[in-house]
Amino acid sequence: MATVALPRSERTGFRLLREPALIIPIIGAGVLIYLAVLPLFMLVYGSFEKEVAPREFVTTLENYQNAYASPYTYSTFVNSIIFASGSAGLTFLLGTMLAWLTERTNTPLRTLFVPIAVVPLILPGVLESIAWIFLLSPKFGYLNVALQGLFGLQAAPFNVFSLPGMIWVHSVGQVPLAFLLMVAAFKSMDPSLEESAMMSGANTWQTFRRVTFRLLMPTTASVLLILFVRTLESFETPALIGIPARIYVYTSEIYLAFNEYPPDYGRGAALAVGLLLLSAIGVWLYTRSTRESKKYQTVTGKAFRPRQFDLGPWKWVGFSFLMVYFVFVVLMPFLVLFWASFLPFFATPGWDALDKLSLDNYRYLLGFRPFWDALQNSIILATSTATVAMILTSLIAWIVYKSRLPGSWLLDFLAFIPITVPGIVMGMALILLYVAFPLPIYGTIWLLMIAYVTRYMPYGMRAASGAIVQIHSELEEAASASGASWWETFKRVTLPLLRPGIAAGWIYICIVSFREFSTSVLLATGESRVLSILLFTMFEQGQVTVVAAIGILMILVLLIIVGIFYKISGRFGIQT
Amino acid sequence: MIEVKSLVKIFADGKNAGVKAVDRVSFNVEEGRFYTLLGPSGCGKTTTLRCIAGLEKADEGEIIVAGEKVYSASDRTFVPAYRRPIGMVFQSYAIWPHMTVFENVAFPLRVGKQKVSHDEIRKKVMTAIEQVELGGYEDRMATQLSGGQQQRLALARALVREPKVLLLDEPLSNLDAKLRERMRVELRELQRRLGITTLYVTHDQIEALSMSNVIAVMSAGVTVQEGTPREIYLQPRSKFVAQFIGSTNQISGQVINQASDGTGTVRTDEGEISCGILSDLRTGDKVVVVVRPESIVLHQRKPSHGDNVLEGKIGAAMFLGEYVDCTIELGKNVLETHQPHSLRVRRGDSVWVELPPTDCMALPAEQ
Repeated sequence: MATVALPRSERTGFRLLREPALIIPIIGAGVLIYLAVLPLFMLVYGSFEKEVAPREFVTTLENYQNAYASPYTYSTFVNSIIFASGSAGLTFLLGTMLAWLTERTNTPLRTLFVPIAVVPLILPGVLESIAWIFLLSPKFGYLNVALQGLFGLQAAPFNVFSLPGMIWVHSVGQVPLAFLLMVAAFKSMDPSLEESAMMSGANTWQTFRRVTFRLLMPTTASVLLILFVRTLESFETPALIGIPARIYVYTSEIYLAFNEYPPDYGRGAALAVGLLLLSAIGVWLYTRSTRESKKYQTVTGKAFRPRQFDLGPWKWVGFSFLMVYFVFVVLMPFLVLFWASFLPFFATPGWDALDKLSLDNYRYLLGFRPFWDALQNSIILATSTATVAMILTSLIAWIVYKSRLPGSWLLDFLAFIPITVPGIVMGMALILLYVAFPLPIYGTIWLLMIAYVTRYMPYGMRAASGAIVQIHSELEEAASASGASWWETFKRVTLPLLRPGIAAGWIYICIVSFREFSTSVLLATGESRVLSILLFTMFEQGQVTVVAAIGILMILVLLIIVGIFYKISGRFGIQT
Repeated sequence: MIEVKSLVKIFADGKNAGVKAVDRVSFNVEEGRFYTLLGPSGCGKTTTLRCIAGLEKADEGEIIVAGEKVYSASDRTFVPAYRRPIGMVFQSYAIWPHMTVFENVAFPLRVGKQKVSHDEIRKKVMTAIEQVELGGYEDRMATQLSGGQQQRLALARALVREPKVLLLDEPLSNLDAKLRERMRVELRELQRRLGITTLYVTHDQIEALSMSNVIAVMSAGVTVQEGTPREIYLQPRSKFVAQFIGSTNQISGQVINQASDGTGTVRTDEGEISCGILSDLRTGDKVVVVVRPESIVLHQRKPSHGDNVLEGKIGAAMFLGEYVDCTIELGKNVLETHQPHSLRVRRGDSVWVELPPTDCMALPAEQ
């Protein structure tokens, strides 16, 4: 045994790791820099270049001029702000309402609504938009037609192809996120804080205003912020609703710069740099505010039974709200897709439409090569991304949290960077990198895999480090003190204990990769097309009922993955 | 059985040269003894234990376990933890949650260097499980056990390999008071029956006093006093030990004379006190006289004779069930004393306290 002075790493007692302990972090840092930093560097670099992959390098500010000094910029900027803030506000309102009614009141059947509120998570953003176009299109939207018929209206009451329409569609897709965050906030609130306010003579309203509300303030701010940033980064609704309606936001500008002829990579890059900065500032503020909110920390690791507000007769109002939400927001998008998938062409539901119902769309898909190619690509990508990402992040999390080598925080930081990168920006950056790069993977699914792995690395890190931190070092030391060598300890104690956390991370990345859209939209072409992109292009071409059928099959696959997840998590006792 | 010779362990702390967590600690645990390292948190007791276990690599010194040199700085010997003849119980018990009770106990036999046959494992595991009175629980998942049962399971796992030495790192600190009391007795009983050499680490003086053959009190990385429980309690050799073990009264003063038999007189604000005096003290040295609350004799009338009788007033009297806890205000000092619950006094009552010279010790004042 050599005696290299690595004092902290010895705490774990894993001496075999000693020499690799110096090499592995360096390799890890190299991989992370390659995945997370290099594309961003190329993006910033490209935004100052006259042409992509040039023979001679000409540095210019022209791209920024084109991007930010055009007459469109102002309207794009205003649209983006309205879209993002409106969506954040509406999402927050709906999510908080749902969370409060189900967590803190005596609304009837409230516990039943908790899982229901999360169901929309299964619906990919592209399908969410398509479903709402089916429902709210001014020409043929089912809801519009129904309301017109019901009240004898001349014009359609709703037009989804508008800014409010975009805000609505994006919001209902994001509500589960706001709901989960607010449920966590309500759950972790110590009821004695409210009770002591009441014992000090405050009435219900005063208690709410001076204690409950104040305690929720930091959470509210951070939830609104993250919703704002996520809306700014999103491209599903801007692509499917915004572009046909000629309402352009930041992400659609980047997409259009890339899709016009000839593609203006420079302008796209300059726009992407701006979006990246906005998003980075947002994430920075968010992490800062959540750290800040520890001052108000209401989480003590104890499980509280929160106080319940007795709504009296108002509880039926709450119940109606939940029911309306369930029927219109959760159920209808699924139903309309399901219905449309059996139609030869889009038609309003009714007795005459009933005859036209058939399995033709599904039969068509059986012999439709692009569908099978895209399905295969999506499945290969989802599973390989999840596997690569979890192996990578488990190793990195291990180095960061167990070896405690000097500088290992840098790995943690590098692996966190991609969370600030909007999907479409990542696509842009990778194009700029691989157009000039000697690796011939442009246009293949391997480029998509690199993109997905990079983007979902932060999620993998969270799952893996959560699992690793939970393993008390004494559990490993006890094995060592029982006579188990490093390898035996790893095999019999560490690995079995890590497995549930890593499995959870794997499934999660699998799901988000399967439904990924905003990065793929720039990178997936021809043979590397994935399901979400196939949906998008076929919808643009007008094959809407076939799209519905593909959507239904896609939801089925996702349900199967989720089902497997629940089965596994049940076996390993994971809390979800 | 365990020999530790001038052990030093340094923890790096960024810029500085490092903190000496253990600073030239030496001791010797004889076979079959129950030896306790006692001290406040951060005194280096757990680090010492972990060095002996091999979970921590010391920086200087030598460790010999059961005749085998497991660590030596001079000839660079370091036997890894899993090759040392030890069993260890951790503070958190470190019960593996993904295994049953049986699998937890069988683990040391399954991973060991020499292969143990299937039947042998079963026999040994069952013996160990019976030993800690967990019979019938072997097929439960380890996480289904209560705190006290997990504690016993950890003990069975540590013993199943029949190690030469048992290391216990604050094993009772996570139990509630009643259970702790019972486990103290059971643990000591088991240790005596098996005759296994045991090194015990704790910050709880009651555990140390009640279980140990020998106690080493540690502070800031060094051993400040080693002795039997009785010696440690009744003849503390420093203010730190007196303060750390049990509660104690202190009266500062100056040595005015000392006799060859280790007694002498100290002048204090409350008058002269005759007491025991450490041999290395000199006349004129500043000292504190320490006396245990239960040693003080309380008189409600002025006694006609007796040494070290001081007059005072009752400051507070608290009925605690087992005894009455009185504070007595002297001129400049306040004494705490435990009196039988038959005592009936009120605040402000005049009383006379007698400090028996054999129960008073003068200790160096510095520190």
